[in-house]
Amino acid sequence: MASTSIAQKLAKKQKEISVSEFFERNKHILGFDSLTRAMITSVKEAMDNSLDVCEEAEILPEIFVQIKKISTDEFRLTIEDNGPGIVKKQVPHIFGRLLYGSRFHSLRQTRGQQGLGISAAVMYAQLTTGRPSIIRSKVKNKDVAYQVELMLDTKRNRPKVVRDDFVVWEKESGTRIEMQLRGRYVMGKQSVLEYLKGTAIVNPHARIVYKDPFGTQYLFERASEILPPKTEEIKPHPQGIELGTLLKMAKATGSYKMTAFLQKEFSRISSRVAIEILTKADVPLERHPKRLTLDEAKRILEVVKKIKIMAPPTDCLSPIGERLIKKGLKNVLGGLKPEFYCPPVTREPNVYTGNPFQVEVGIVYGGQLPQDKPIEILRYANRIPLLYQQGACAMTAAVEKVDWRRYGLEQRGGHGIPFGPAIILIHFASSKVPYTSESKEAVAKIPKIEIEIEKALRVCGRKLGSHMKRKVKKAKTREKFDIVQKILPEIAQKSSKIVDRKVPDLRKTITKIMNVVWIDEEVVFEKRRHKVTLKVYNYTPKGQKFNLHGIVPYENLDLDSCDPKPKEIKEDGKITWELKRIPTTEIGTATFELFGMDEDEYDETELYVSGINPTSVVGAEPLPGDWDLKMRPPTIEEIIEEEPEEELDYDEVEEELDDESHEADGTGREASEAG
Amino acid sequence: MTKVMKLTELEERHQRPVEKLHELAEEIYDQLDKGQIPNMKIPIRAKSNIRFVASKGVWKYGATKGIRSAKKLRGAYMLLRTMYMLDFIREMIKSDKSSTLREMYYISEGWDMAKFSSQDESNNLAEDLEILTECMREDLKLRPEEDGARVMGNVTLRERNRKGQKKKINCRDDVGDSGYGIPYNVEEDKIELLSTDAKFVIAIETGGMFDRLVENGFDEDANCVLVHLKGQPARSTRRFMKRLNKELNLPIVVFVDGDPWSFRIFASIAYGAIKTAHISEYLATPTAQYLGITSSDILNYDLPTDKLNSSDIRALESELTDPRFKDRFWKDEIETMLKIKKKAEQQALAKYGLDYVTDTYLPEKLSEIGINI
Repeated sequence: MASTSIAQKLAKKQKEISVSEFFERNKHILGFDSLTRAMITSVKEAMDNSLDVCEEAEILPEIFVQIKKISTDEFRLTIEDNGPGIVKKQVPHIFGRLLYGSRFHSLRQTRGQQGLGISAAVMYAQLTTGRPSIIRSKVKNKDVAYQVELMLDTKRNRPKVVRDDFVVWEKESGTRIEMQLRGRYVMGKQSVLEYLKGTAIVNPHARIVYKDPFGTQYLFERASEILPPKTEEIKPHPQGIELGTLLKMAKATGSYKMTAFLQKEFSRISSRVAIEILTKADVPLERHPKRLTLDEAKRILEVVKKIKIMAPPTDCLSPIGERLIKKGLKNVLGGLKPEFYCPPVTREPNVYTGNPFQVEVGIVYGGQLPQDKPIEILRYANRIPLLYQQGACAMTAAVEKVDWRRYGLEQRGGHGIPFGPAIILIHFASSKVPYTSESKEAVAKIPKIEIEIEKALRVCGRKLGSHMKRKVKKAKTREKFDIVQKILPEIAQKSSKIVDRKVPDLRKTITKIMNVVWIDEEVVFEKRRHKVTLKVYNYTPKGQKFNLHGIVPYENLDLDSCDPKPKEIKEDGKITWELKRIPTTEIGTATFELFGMDEDEYDETELYVSGINPTSVVGAEPLPGDWDLKMRPPTIEEIIEEEPEEELDYDEVEEELDDESHEADGTGREASEAG
Repeated sequence: MTKVMKLTELEERHQRPVEKLHELAEEIYDQLDKGQIPNMKIPIRAKSNIRFVASKGVWKYGATKGIRSAKKLRGAYMLLRTMYMLDFIREMIKSDKSSTLREMYYISEGWDMAKFSSQDESNNLAEDLEILTECMREDLKLRPEEDGARVMGNVTLRERNRKGQKKKINCRDDVGDSGYGIPYNVEEDKIELLSTDAKFVIAIETGGMFDRLVENGFDEDANCVLVHLKGQPARSTRRFMKRLNKELNLPIVVFVDGDPWSFRIFASIAYGAIKTAHISEYLATPTAQYLGITSSDILNYDLPTDKLNSSDIRALESELTDPRFKDRFWKDEIETMLKIKKKAEQQALAKYGLDYVTDTYLPEKLSEIGINI
């Protein structure tokens, strides 16, 4: 008797938990647990929505963000987009009702997922300042915009319209939200500005204008006119789906047979595969899905794990792509000139728990980036920058697991966050991002995801590593180049003057010092064209004849400008020159021009050589096997490397020469013995 | 028309360096002409490459040579600088000019990319040339700055001044309280040592102690010659002492601070400095004796001390592997100092009063080595 009444009391209480209480209790997981964070989260939720709808409507986003200070801890937030707008009837529901949204049940890559975000921001504003949020939205071809002042009925989880009206708005279409909320405005790593900067990097198709509380206006200009490809909705992929989900789906399906159920409700299952699965799992093909037993479902999952099923379709994913990652990074680095952009890596899509996902990594290195600090990690999930909980994130964990020392960064013990002048950008795209919490700040450490991120990091890291090796080799060669070009002729001049004989021919000496073929590239931007000159210095003792290959943007290449005429140009930009024999100590050249690109869009050609021993070439890599060269490569003439004699460098014996070498101590000993 | 020229003495003196310099340039030229990578081989100037030459009683460079090659950037620059310096020295000899080492360094301002990056670099190259040409720095028309080391004591010498006049000077009676200043050139053409009644020479590290002994009249009381080393002694100071020892038969005793650097001062006087090991036989006095301050003095006389700092300790450790310090005496001195971790200045003797050094310490120490006053 007593126990029943307690249960009843509890039940009554449970019903009474209102939405506002739910919010209050879960502030931290929703991202409103501090005044600073509440500001960022509110901006973020509105931005996510704006970017999502623009992409859906195939509009290049133009987003305006403004924060105005009302009092010490009260701010007015305005976010306005040029999206398609929202029909009047839906406005209150989208902004004034938790867990209401179009995307909650779909499987594809979007920023928002649960329909919790923007209404949570509206509720936060209302709870902290008591003020309604003002939403204005206009749909294309309507004469006026709908404007509503909105509050939340926190008991019933329903929107409460305070006032609404139609107003004139010169915008073609778009949505604007104004919220007044308690918050704190800060600068630094976790700030609104940083968030917007991060957003601009991975959304190079968006133009973002931001006015901060001090009236400073920031413009993140669009770096690309191309919208990311529209993502498609997909059905779940069978690999990795959970038992409960499978059973639930079997109960809910309209299919009458297991074969039809598998084909209809999952992606990548043909009738052949469905039959294979069911046969191997020993489940009758004709079985009604509603009668699928627990054991049968388990067996199906076992089989699914073992057999080969095509990876899920990836048109539901929207990777940023190598080109735009580079562009975005360039855009945001602003004046800072790095030394090297690692070609970004976009991995093939993979699957976790039936959800396709894809990992991208980009690394910027060196130049003016800070030297002795831990590297900066820019984390993104579905194009949203993640600012908080770096330590809890699978991306951070993956960075920490990679041994970066091999790729030329400092890292104590070969794990942990490396040090050095580098920024690593990681983008995780998925139809469902497994966040550690609703506030969407960290990707859960799911082994399959972590491994995939690690792989992407390694691939990109290797490119960094080979850049470093090339750099060292180039620096050494450049030094030798200085010797033979500048110093040696001077030594010859001077010594011949002293001994009063004619200046000796230096060619043999030069080839002995260098003994390489050196390829030097010069890119000049002139009259909207990139003029590229490849100079091939033959510093070997013999004449050299070989092929030079490069990868150039085919659509920008002026075919007529190529000199000499390439032997082969493919549509993917693979270009091959058959160079004329270059006599010893002479220079060969190849030039071409590119048009239709911005100055900073082209700075270096990927160069390869064939028909020559690649170890004696500086400035180009050996031709990869998959180049698919149609012509017969010339035979390689060996370059005889002279065995370096073991010798002691007189100028590198570092021992104290001076018996008096120590700090002057006032006893007069600083007087040099040289006297 | 052919007329055999009789070389004057001066021309003879110039002829050898000019020939040697020419040979050096020719070597580089020939290497280039043969298509080789130009290089020079020079004895390694480090403590690992000094050997005791019994016949001369001093330490000189051993057989290990390093190579300076145009294969490396630094080597190439040094070879180019060598050519410039050669040329410059030849010009000086031709026009009978000379320059200080510092002027030499500034001259290189006009050498474009062959310009020296520091004076140490140019000083070291000058020494390299000495070694390669087997000529003394003076023959190469390079001279140091005046360094002002001083002498006080009853020695009479004759110095030829810049006007060519020879002047007789007694280093006690003809000079002020600061003593006779040692010029940079102390060779016979400049200075003749005439006579002395002194019994020995005390070489003193610091100016303060030199002045103390002068003020206390120690040169007269003990009938000795005081030489101020001014820290690590200059070549001319060492050469001057060597001549006092050889020509006037004066024993040399060295009175310095009790620290690792003073040990090295002594080594350069008695054994030959690493930096100038190619001319040790001109500069070093193998019979010189170390008077103090020793490590045991620090304990026996209970002197005020300073703690050894890290560079002192490194210096001592380095001395343990220095072949010049291989004997029992030095091993004990160095190890004791490392053990007590303390050093003392010679002026710390003032703890017992201003006269203590002349009345007690020096007489005691001198009698230990058989010199009684």
